[in-house]
Amino acid sequence: MAKTKVSQDTGDLVLNRISKYYGDFCAVDDLSLTIPDGSFFALLGPSGCGKTTTLRMIAGLEEPTAGTISIGETDITTQKSYRRNVNTVFQNYALFPHLSIFENIAFGLRRRGIKDVKDEVEKALSLVELGHLSERKPAQLSGGQQQRIAVARAIVNRPEVLLLDEPLGALDLKLRRQMQIELKRIQLEVGITFIHVTHDQEEAMTMADTIAVMNQGKIEQMGSATELYEAPKTAFVANFLGQCNLIKVKVQSRSGGKVIVSAKGHTFEIPESRVSSSNDALLLGVRPEKLRLDDKGVNSIQECVVTDRSFVGTSTQYLVRTPWDLELVVFEQNDEGLHDLRVGDKVSLEWDSEHTFGLDGAQDVNAGADLDDDE
Amino acid sequence: MAFLHGATKSKSGGGSAVKKRSLTPYLLLAPGLIWLITFFVIPIFSLASTSTMVRPQGSQIGTYVQELRFANYVDAFLANQEQYVRSFLYAGIATILALAISYPLAYMIAFKAGKYRNILLVLVVAPFFTSFLLRTVAWSQILGDEGPVVTTLKLLPFFDDSIRLTATPFAVVSGLTYNFLPFMTLPLYASLERIDPRTLEASGDLYASGFTTFRKVTVPLSMPGVVAGTLLTFIPAAGDYVNAALLGNPSTKMIGNVIESRFFAVVDYPTAAALSFTLMATILILVTLYIRKSGTDELV
Repeated sequence: MAKTKVSQDTGDLVLNRISKYYGDFCAVDDLSLTIPDGSFFALLGPSGCGKTTTLRMIAGLEEPTAGTISIGETDITTQKSYRRNVNTVFQNYALFPHLSIFENIAFGLRRRGIKDVKDEVEKALSLVELGHLSERKPAQLSGGQQQRIAVARAIVNRPEVLLLDEPLGALDLKLRRQMQIELKRIQLEVGITFIHVTHDQEEAMTMADTIAVMNQGKIEQMGSATELYEAPKTAFVANFLGQCNLIKVKVQSRSGGKVIVSAKGHTFEIPESRVSSSNDALLLGVRPEKLRLDDKGVNSIQECVVTDRSFVGTSTQYLVRTPWDLELVVFEQNDEGLHDLRVGDKVSLEWDSEHTFGLDGAQDVNAGADLDDDE
Repeated sequence: MAFLHGATKSKSGGGSAVKKRSLTPYLLLAPGLIWLITFFVIPIFSLASTSTMVRPQGSQIGTYVQELRFANYVDAFLANQEQYVRSFLYAGIATILALAISYPLAYMIAFKAGKYRNILLVLVVAPFFTSFLLRTVAWSQILGDEGPVVTTLKLLPFFDDSIRLTATPFAVVSGLTYNFLPFMTLPLYASLERIDPRTLEASGDLYASGFTTFRKVTVPLSMPGVVAGTLLTFIPAAGDYVNAALLGNPSTKMIGNVIESRFFAVVDYPTAAALSFTLMATILILVTLYIRKSGTDELV
């Protein structure tokens, strides 16, 4: 499949201070973004955060109220969508119901005046492994197959940028997993820039090289999945990607690369490099799987009570209440070290300093929590 | 015992429910079926038998005997060829005009009307609130020598003062177009409204300009509406006689007018019946060819 590789060096996609207003409502707020050529980029955020609007502006289906969009040296801000070398995989695929699969895929090629489309279409069909369906109509295909045809229909045009608008939203969980791997494979094979819009953090983390987390028309944080997960910069990112425990703390001292903080008589340590605020009020963040039900370490809380317990196969998830009535989530790996605690049991918690991070304490502790399962 | 009794009862109850369910479709069909048999199937057979009857020599007007004279069809057709051709010609022109007027209208209501959509749909149907005859008579007023259309045309340099619109083919075709317009607009609207706007966006995304999108996506997807609309307009227009009678002159007579006068003025039942059958057969053949050609069965 090396043949399908297109390395045209088209240049990076640059969004420069774009905004989009619908009347008084601001959907996208002064957003700047550079997406490197050939990368798999995800725009992740809850519904209504402006990610789809951003995508539609790149596609040319909406015009930004302010700002510019360019690919490489070319400014495409006001270019009509049919003139842009950008293709979209729509949320519900939007295949043409009156055309065969072959003609659906050939549509873009024919519009650009290419007469001999057979080879290209067949290549695209074999890329998505559906060569045997070319004579069918879209309605005769399953959801997963339609999804792949939508990808083939866009990719056959070798766009500079391929936009994917919640492409897996309509598929069931198992098929979604399979398609995530499939899309990643296709992206590596064709080498086109993929911009993937999703509200599913797991989907974004599985596929994208770089993720931009969006909230209320702005980018909260951008980075690799590991970066965002292990060192979030805002409470929103910490809560939106996976689960997170956030504890309100006060800074006692900053010295020797360590920040000593305290909460209700307990002192904890955070590496200075992992604190993103110079404020005295911080939020100490630690992921549930990093917490241990022990009392040996530097960072520990004694006298806690188990208030809930659920067994989920690979781990047991506990809800543990601290002496000052804060509930923390603890995931304990399902192996020989399992404590098998019951509701009401007394327990201690501890964790390693390098697994914590310090965020600005002025933020809402619950920002971004319970948002990812709408739609 | 009470328990046993109850059990048997419920069992038999279940059995009769199954029986009832299998009868239900027929019961639901019965009113329509009886209606159609009484007022369509039986009359059509009686019409068919009339069409081959002959009036015995010297008998009274309106007396006919069955002689299976199929030559009636040939005679009737040959005597009225001109009106036949004119009927299909007028109906065809009216259908094309109605399509040309309705498509932009239905498109606008489906895609651009926003909150006015329902009001506009009511306006499309509104003419049905007054009588068909009344509306057709009104057209002879509108197109009359002192009416607004003619007076306006007379002001224009390229028409001389002798211009007349009533009792012309133009008036008949206008009347036909007008009267069947809603039958074109409504199915067109229904099929346009069903188009997923995202397929139109997808077309634009795939390098099709607005006009190409219209040609390659909108039009093919609205074909079921086009076919339904043209049939609903063409079929009644081809058999219509009211418009030609009220807005035309003797040389704009359509086949409907001939049938009407054969039945009621001349009392020549066999010729009228033969003409009716020929008209029906021609329409059936045309419609079948049309549906085959447009291939709509694949679309729906």
